[in-house]
Amino acid sequence: MSQGLSRRDLLKAAGLSSAAAVLPGGAQAQVPVQPAEGAVHAGHAQPETEGLLFFFNDEEAQFIEAAVERLIPADPEWPGAGWAGVLYYIDRQLAAGYGAGARMYLDGPWVPDAPPQFGYQLRQSPAELYRIGIAETRLFVRERSNQQEFWDLDPGGMDRVLQALESGEAALPSIPSPVFFETLLANTIEGFFADPAYGGNRDMVGWRMVGFPGAYAAYIDVVEDHGVAFERRPISFADQQARQDHIHGH
Amino acid sequence: MATRLPPVDVVLVGGGLTASILGKELAEAGNTVVALERGKMRDTVPDFQSPTMHDELKYDVRYGLAQDVSVQTLSFRNFVGQRPLPMRQLGSFLPGEGVGGGAVHWNGQTWRFQPEWFELRSWVNERYGEDFLPDDVTIQDWGITYDELEPYYNHFERVMGIGGLPYADGDVVIGGGNPFEGPRSQPYPNPPMKQSYSGALFEEAAAGLGYHPFPVPSANMTRHYTNPFGAELQPCMYCGFCERFGCEHYAKASPQVNILPFAMASRNFEMRTHAYVQRIEWDPVAKVATGVTYINAAGEEIFQPAGMVVLCAFAHHNPVLMLQSGIGHAYDPETRTGTVGRNYSYQTMTGVDVFYADGRNINPFMGAGALGTAIDDFNNGSMDHSGLGFIGGGYVAAYQTNGRPIKYHPVPSGTPRWGAEWKQAVRRHYNSTVGLTFHGSSVPHPNNYIGLDPTYRDAFGQPLGMLTYDFPHNDRLMARYVTEKVRDIALAMGGDEISVGWLDDHYNIVAYQTTHNTGGTIMGDDPQTSVVNRYLQSWDLHNLWVMGASVFPQNAGYNPTDTVGALAYWAADAMLNQYMSNPRPLV
Repeated sequence: MSQGLSRRDLLKAAGLSSAAAVLPGGAQAQVPVQPAEGAVHAGHAQPETEGLLFFFNDEEAQFIEAAVERLIPADPEWPGAGWAGVLYYIDRQLAAGYGAGARMYLDGPWVPDAPPQFGYQLRQSPAELYRIGIAETRLFVRERSNQQEFWDLDPGGMDRVLQALESGEAALPSIPSPVFFETLLANTIEGFFADPAYGGNRDMVGWRMVGFPGAYAAYIDVVEDHGVAFERRPISFADQQARQDHIHGH
Repeated sequence: MATRLPPVDVVLVGGGLTASILGKELAEAGNTVVALERGKMRDTVPDFQSPTMHDELKYDVRYGLAQDVSVQTLSFRNFVGQRPLPMRQLGSFLPGEGVGGGAVHWNGQTWRFQPEWFELRSWVNERYGEDFLPDDVTIQDWGITYDELEPYYNHFERVMGIGGLPYADGDVVIGGGNPFEGPRSQPYPNPPMKQSYSGALFEEAAAGLGYHPFPVPSANMTRHYTNPFGAELQPCMYCGFCERFGCEHYAKASPQVNILPFAMASRNFEMRTHAYVQRIEWDPVAKVATGVTYINAAGEEIFQPAGMVVLCAFAHHNPVLMLQSGIGHAYDPETRTGTVGRNYSYQTMTGVDVFYADGRNINPFMGAGALGTAIDDFNNGSMDHSGLGFIGGGYVAAYQTNGRPIKYHPVPSGTPRWGAEWKQAVRRHYNSTVGLTFHGSSVPHPNNYIGLDPTYRDAFGQPLGMLTYDFPHNDRLMARYVTEKVRDIALAMGGDEISVGWLDDHYNIVAYQTTHNTGGTIMGDDPQTSVVNRYLQSWDLHNLWVMGASVFPQNAGYNPTDTVGALAYWAADAMLNQYMSNPRPLV
């Protein structure tokens, strides 16, 4: 299994917002967008959607970009949630059915301070929860940091804000801060490990970090090779070759 | 005013496993049968196709094949007197929605119950004395014995193509199988699954401690198989996308593959989808069900008259439908009277993770739903409860089913929940951890039941079902006792460290535990303490029958599907050979 990132991988960091993407080895890079090879077919141009935001405005995006990078930070070996595109994953989720609470029961009455064994008990859809949670957390930070924004704090400062959200110590006016925090944490982990087709897990970085091969169709020939190192490159279900292999494998 | 349709002989409420079983058997015998399924038609082609089926986010995180709770959910509380609140997202359990129901996204772990479970009250009284348990452990006999059910287990296992290793062939011990299971009239139709690395590590440690490991009986096919109806199944590919997913390979037994095509082949059978059943209609004078009323895809209210009504919905929804229809006596936890909703039980789950040195390459992604090695030494009939103060037990297994990283990224206890240290731990442990599962039984308790919610309503304006549940003291003692044994096995497995997930909190509706909800319309031999008789026929309306795990008087330390399937064939036999020629109460 390949460890670390190649020069080509670094170039794929393109497309992130202007918030400095933290790259392996601590490198700070701002690389211009390069269309992925073969991504645009001549005479059949698709709009370029990489880097587009469907839900967040730019300030909300700066908040999310900074927060997810603290939840899953870059280290010398592997990039963090920022580079992995978790912002774009969450943005697309919130712009679609999940954000609207499409498969949630949201009728009242609501008991937002219910004990944890009852699960989610707010009136807000996930999209509403994010809008309110970001705005009220930014206000919470500005009031305590001489009008600085969350994303202007040093990493330790951002971590302390996230810990205050997690514990409930940050008493936000409209929502219980732990519910916002837990939703953000769950969505960040999703975006780091979900198939790259959903906009995060860029270059399958989450999968390569742990050694998960993705959408392979069969391990029948190796499941009894106990302890074998499985070294084939992971595949996304959106990979054209993978789709062909699946189809021909039947 | 509801539109009234022409009558049919039988209406089945639901389109899952038990509806498929009954649909085929009753239609082939010449009855007109309509199954009313709230969801859509689903089949291997075009719905469960690779590679897009290999989407952890859609199917495992967003529960793409499970019930849509925005339409209908339950409310929940831990105890009588607490304010019930709606389950706003799925979590603890995952009922299916759409044709095939939960038997599309199940794992395929296919266990028989030990004989003692069916006569549990009598067995406890005889073995340990009538004063062994406090009176709030409301276990009771099923009204049927293992020996009576055995031929139906055997048939269901052949229909589904179960693979496993029998302990004995007749009186001749083969060895290698489960020495604690009841007698089998025939061996499994298929050989057991291959063994995963995690299973091998568990087997070595468990055998070393004197326990009796064996491969988990599996509905993931272990070779090409043709079932008695002619359904063709293919060998499991160990792709690791099984639980929560439909199978693209025709390798996991499901209603769509094994049973339903043979029901659909009969002109007498109709699967009517997008039909949300509201209530059972019944005649209080004649004491018979007259049909069911449902809402169709256009939002119209439809009355389907029928000579016989069979509830084949998910376990907790069968009692809810009876309560919404005013049939029988609703259970009242204050007076402990009434039967509908009584004896709701669940499953008592704990687990222990074993963390090995980095580089061990467990390869948890090479999995299958029922790929596991188990011991049954701590199930109810396997051990002596004298002096322990509890009844019940369960099996312990090392399953290798679901190494998909959004949901599966084990880290040792005490690891931070996020940040650099968490990320390092996830990287370090993902591929070098083995999880052991204790799959424990669940006794009924007067506090635990299904009722109707006083406040919250579904999308059709009906009261939500209301679940009141917490783990009974009996089950906490039982889980503590067995989990200590599992910890000892884990310590013998040669890892660097272990983490034990004790059962030490209230039941919560958030974390996935199992979809093995039971009780609420229980079977028995006394109408004062059961809803259906030994044939699964209602004591109140003789042409109303109830299938599924809602008839279990208590839940065993096993997965329920084998018993659900066997009971459906047992009931079908009674319908066809005793009831239909002369409709009446059979008991």
